[in-house]
Order: sequence, then C-alpha cells, then structure tokens
Amino acid sequence: MRVELENLTKRWGSVVGADSINLEIKDAEFVAFLGPSGCGKTTTLLMVAGIYKPTAGEIRFDGHVVNAVAPKDRNVGMVFQSYALYPHMNVFQNISYPLKLKKVPKEEMHKQAQRVADMMGIGHLMDRKPAQLSGGQQQRVALGRALVKEPQLLLFDEPLSNLDARLRLSMRSEIKRLQMKLGITSIYVTHDQVEAMTMANRVAVMKNGKLQAYAPPDELYDQPRTLFVAGFVGNPPMNFLEVEVTRENDDYHARREGFDVIIPSNRGEKAAGKGQVILGIRPEDITISDEGISGEIFVVEPLGRDDLVDVRIGEASVRVLTDPAMELKMGQATTLDFNTRKVQFFDPQTEKSLLWAD
Amino acid sequence: MTTTTFETERGYGARRVLGQILPYAILTISILPILIGYAWIIIATFSMHTHGLMPVDSEGNFGGLTLQNWTFLFTPEIWRVTMNSFGIAIAMVVGVGFISTLTGYALARMNFAGRKVFLGMTLVLHAFRPELLLIAIFQVLLFLAGIPVVGKWFGFNTVGGVAIVMITLELPLGVWLMKGFFDNLSWDMERAALIDGASRFRVWWEIIIPQIKPGIAALAIFNFISGWNAYLIPFTFTIGSKVSNLPVYLNQLQSDTAPTSWNQIAAVGLFQLVPVMIFFIFTQEALLSIYGGGSKGGT
Repeated sequence: MRVELENLTKRWGSVVGADSINLEIKDAEFVAFLGPSGCGKTTTLLMVAGIYKPTAGEIRFDGHVVNAVAPKDRNVGMVFQSYALYPHMNVFQNISYPLKLKKVPKEEMHKQAQRVADMMGIGHLMDRKPAQLSGGQQQRVALGRALVKEPQLLLFDEPLSNLDARLRLSMRSEIKRLQMKLGITSIYVTHDQVEAMTMANRVAVMKNGKLQAYAPPDELYDQPRTLFVAGFVGNPPMNFLEVEVTRENDDYHARREGFDVIIPSNRGEKAAGKGQVILGIRPEDITISDEGISGEIFVVEPLGRDDLVDVRIGEASVRVLTDPAMELKMGQATTLDFNTRKVQFFDPQTEKSLLWAD
Repeated sequence: MTTTTFETERGYGARRVLGQILPYAILTISILPILIGYAWIIIATFSMHTHGLMPVDSEGNFGGLTLQNWTFLFTPEIWRVTMNSFGIAIAMVVGVGFISTLTGYALARMNFAGRKVFLGMTLVLHAFRPELLLIAIFQVLLFLAGIPVVGKWFGFNTVGGVAIVMITLELPLGVWLMKGFFDNLSWDMERAALIDGASRFRVWWEIIIPQIKPGIAALAIFNFISGWNAYLIPFTFTIGSKVSNLPVYLNQLQSDTAPTSWNQIAAVGLFQLVPVMIFFIFTQEALLSIYGGGSKGGT
C-alpha cells in the first residue's frame, strides 16, 4: 500500500508534535523514522495509525484520504515498544484477538493464529500468559498479533529497545527478512541510527517535529543535507571544525589555527569566500600518518576492532578511528592526514549543507 | 579453622531464628488487646454474665452458659433488618462500582470540556461531612417521596432512598480511586486494542477492566462494609424497624427502657460481623493478586 503524508501537523495548544511533515512511502517499502526522543516520530506514527487526529494536513492510503477513518478500519498492524500484550489473555488469545473482533469463525481463527505463531517460532507457547514469557518471546507475540490480520501497513514503535543487545541484532534481521518476504509496507520508528540504516530502504530523519531529511541510508551518510543529519547519522559521530575556505592559485585551502588542508575543487568552490563555515569529516576519513596536521593525543578509547582517538589540534579536537596495533599513548604528539575528498561543508547560520542543499 | 567457621555459622543461625521470631512476638503483643476483645465478644454471646473472660452464673461461679442471647435469630424482625442491610450493601457495591469505573475511565483517558472543574468539584464534595448535608438530603428525599412510583421506592423512609444517598456520598471517593487505577495503566495496550479493531467500549470492557480487577475488588469490599455498617443515614432517614438496618437495630437494643443486655448486643454484633468476614474471604484473592503485566518498561 502506498502512503502519503502531506503537511501533516499535530499540535497540542502551543506544543508542536509534528510540524508539516511531507513524505510518501512506496508500496512494500520499509521506511524508518529516525530522531532523538521527543522529535515527533512516534506522534507521526500514531497519526498514521489513527490514534491521534492530525491538527492539519492529510494522510493518504493508496490515494484515499484516511484522516477521519477509525484505527480499526485502517487495516494496519502495530508493534509497540512496551509490546502492549494483554496480560490477562494467553498467547493464543492475544494473537487471535484481532480475528475475534473481525468475527472470523472459530476454526479459521485457530488455524490462522497457529500459522502466524509457528512463523514467529512461538507455536508451542500458545497457553502461556505474557508474564511467563521472556522479552524476546513477548516481542514475537506482539509481532504475531500485528501480522495475523494480514495488514496492509505495519507500524513499529521502537520495538527492539527493550531487548538485550544480542537479541536486538537477531530480531533486527528477522524483522527485515519477514518484511521483505511478506512485502507489507512498513514504518519503523527508532532512535537508533544503526537500526534505521541497516533495516530501512529509506530513512526519514526528524528533529523538533520537522522532517530533516528523507533519503536512502547511503545517501544520508554520504550526502547529509543538514548539520543535524550529519551529526546524528554515523557512529562515532562526524567531527565538526570551524574553518575558512579560500582559493589560492588553483587550490582551495580550509584553514583555522594550526590547521590547513587542501580541498578538492568540486567541494572547495562551494565553500570558498563564505567566511566562517563548518567543515565536517567522519572519524574513519582521518588517519594517523607521518606528515600532515600536527596534534596531540588526548584520549584513547579502545572499541575492540578499532581505537577511537581524540586528537587536539590547537583549541579544536577531532576523533579518529585507528588501528589498535599502533598502540597510541595519551599525550603523544602525532600528525593527521585528512581524506578531503569526503569532507562536508555547512553554513553555520542555516545549518544547511553547502554541498548538497538544493 | 573448620570449628571456628561452624561456630560463627551457628551464632549467625541463632540470630536469624531470633530475627524471625521477634517480629511475630511484637505483632502478637500489639494486637493482643483486640484479640482479647474479640474473645470476650464470642464468650459473652454464650453466657449470662462474664467475669473477665470467664463465663459466670448469678453467684459468680464458673458456668451460666446459655444460648438465650441468640434467640433474636427467631424473630422475623432481625431477618428483615438483615435483608435491608444486605440490600443497602449490595446496592452500594453495584452502584458505586458501576458509576465509578465508567466515570474514572472517562476522567483518566478522555479530554472533555469541564474535566478539570469536575475533578476539583468531586474532591470538594468529598470534603463535606455527611452530617452537614443531612437537612438538605432530608428535603430532597421528602421531595422524591411526593413523586408517584419513584417516591414509593426511593423517597423518605425507604431502603432505596437510603441506598441512593449512601451511593451518592461514596461516589467522589470511588471515582477518584478508580481514576487512579486507570491512570496507572499503559496507553499502549489501549492503542493496540483500538488498532486490533476493538471499539472504545470493547477496549474498556475486554482489555481495561480485567487489568483493574484488584481495584474493583478493593472498591467493592470497601463499599460492602460501609453499606453493611451504615448507621447515620439509615438512622436519620428511616422510621421503624420495617426499613431500618442492622446497626440501627443494634442501637435500639440499648435505648430501650429495660436494662441493656450487653451479652445480647454482643450476639447481634457477632451476627453482623459474619457476612463481612465471608465477603472478605472471597475477595481477598482478587485484592492481593495483581497481574504480572505483559510489558517491560515503556509507557
């Protein structure tokens, strides 16, 4: 099912939950709403589900406006962070509840509930109460309940945040496989950028109720449209330095105190002559080398595969991913090589990208 | 080395036993006066006189055991007032329970004009002592008595009238109590049920009410006891034993011109206690069982 949101707004008095959201979701697409808590992603999701009534704007399913359609008539399935299982009902009753409400005949109801439960790997737990299940099993029941009525749209509200790290990883791939297999249009709300990047076809980044960017994960990572998106997407986060870009002879130089790098002209020309701009560069695009910008190692954080090293350059500091075999020490002097083909530039006032803004 | 360990363990064990006994000892001593009181009531109902906890005959010797105090059970009057008490208690359980769960849900979950004012007003109403309202309520019941049909069942000097007044006075507390229980429930469960396809009423009945069973049980037992033991309202708004209830009847036993038989009063008092005990035994499981819940964290 195709979903379109047009100028979708939700306000409670002077509090703005969602501010003029515009986006469209293609049939069978998996879209993630990503943002820090309180950014309006759950508000938007609940409007799509029909729980909140929009203050303004339109929600369209396959071209039909559904603003006034009750949640039960929208044919959506939803999975909540708290699972929201009915504690007084057993697993079978939980999963079959949507069918019971649809007045599906008993025999058919048993068959469908069992089929979904088997698919979720909880077919043997039908008689248990939710309190007798582990977190992962509860999540599967919640997913089964959302799937049993064969919805045209699946909504996920941070479904994995209450699971432990290892279970989160396996459920992540399971949900992704399931979504691809069933081909149900899905919206997945999360504050975890790794989840959003790995699962979704497209990611909608939100902040303060506003849509900041809506793009496939790669594009979001390589061509961030705003400073917020650049800083929010990617782990460890992007480094930001205030620089001035000038053209000298045929080279573009980005300079600040103790810092001078040459920028490829296709990126440099867009930032040159604009006064102070913000240069962004990801930790993996900086390397420790024999020559380059000199700095002092401030902190070394071992991450296992890499070390995350905080290097002071004058008054600024950048984070660099390095090979643990280098055995860097705190206080040691070092030199850094910047992969300037990957730098980003942002306007410090508007916080928009100087490279990708349209 | 081993012996030392053994000794320390033993010392520790002795302290643990003491730690287990001590709380019970303190509890037993502190409730002793009440236990003695109950013991006296039970003994007194089966004797002519008592000396301390000892049943005695007229000469002060042990004896004088009798069933005479219980003869009231064979008068039609006692069963009439018991039924009246029972009627008031059940009316309160059903009336307050039904209205409070609906009102509490609306106040906890829905936003409507006047919600805040309503909440404030109910609290203020609860602050009024019923004694203050007696004269006003008397006027209302008199007015109701003047209406055909309604007056026959709910006017002045009817059990129905007493029940309605009792329910009304109890509602503010019931509504607030229920609202508190609803406030503690997760919104997600309700949203999930709405999305699953339930109507608002079905969500309330099939999903929400089962979660607050302990609350409803608590409210029910509370109302049963206050209806069963009601004295002031029945005493004020009923005349004669046809419509009065047990506590009023109990009180009349000592206001007679004849010398008061405390042993008989004890028997009637014990009789009055029995249904409350039975009711409590049946509801205590619901009171104590609070669902484990189907959620981890979240709202």
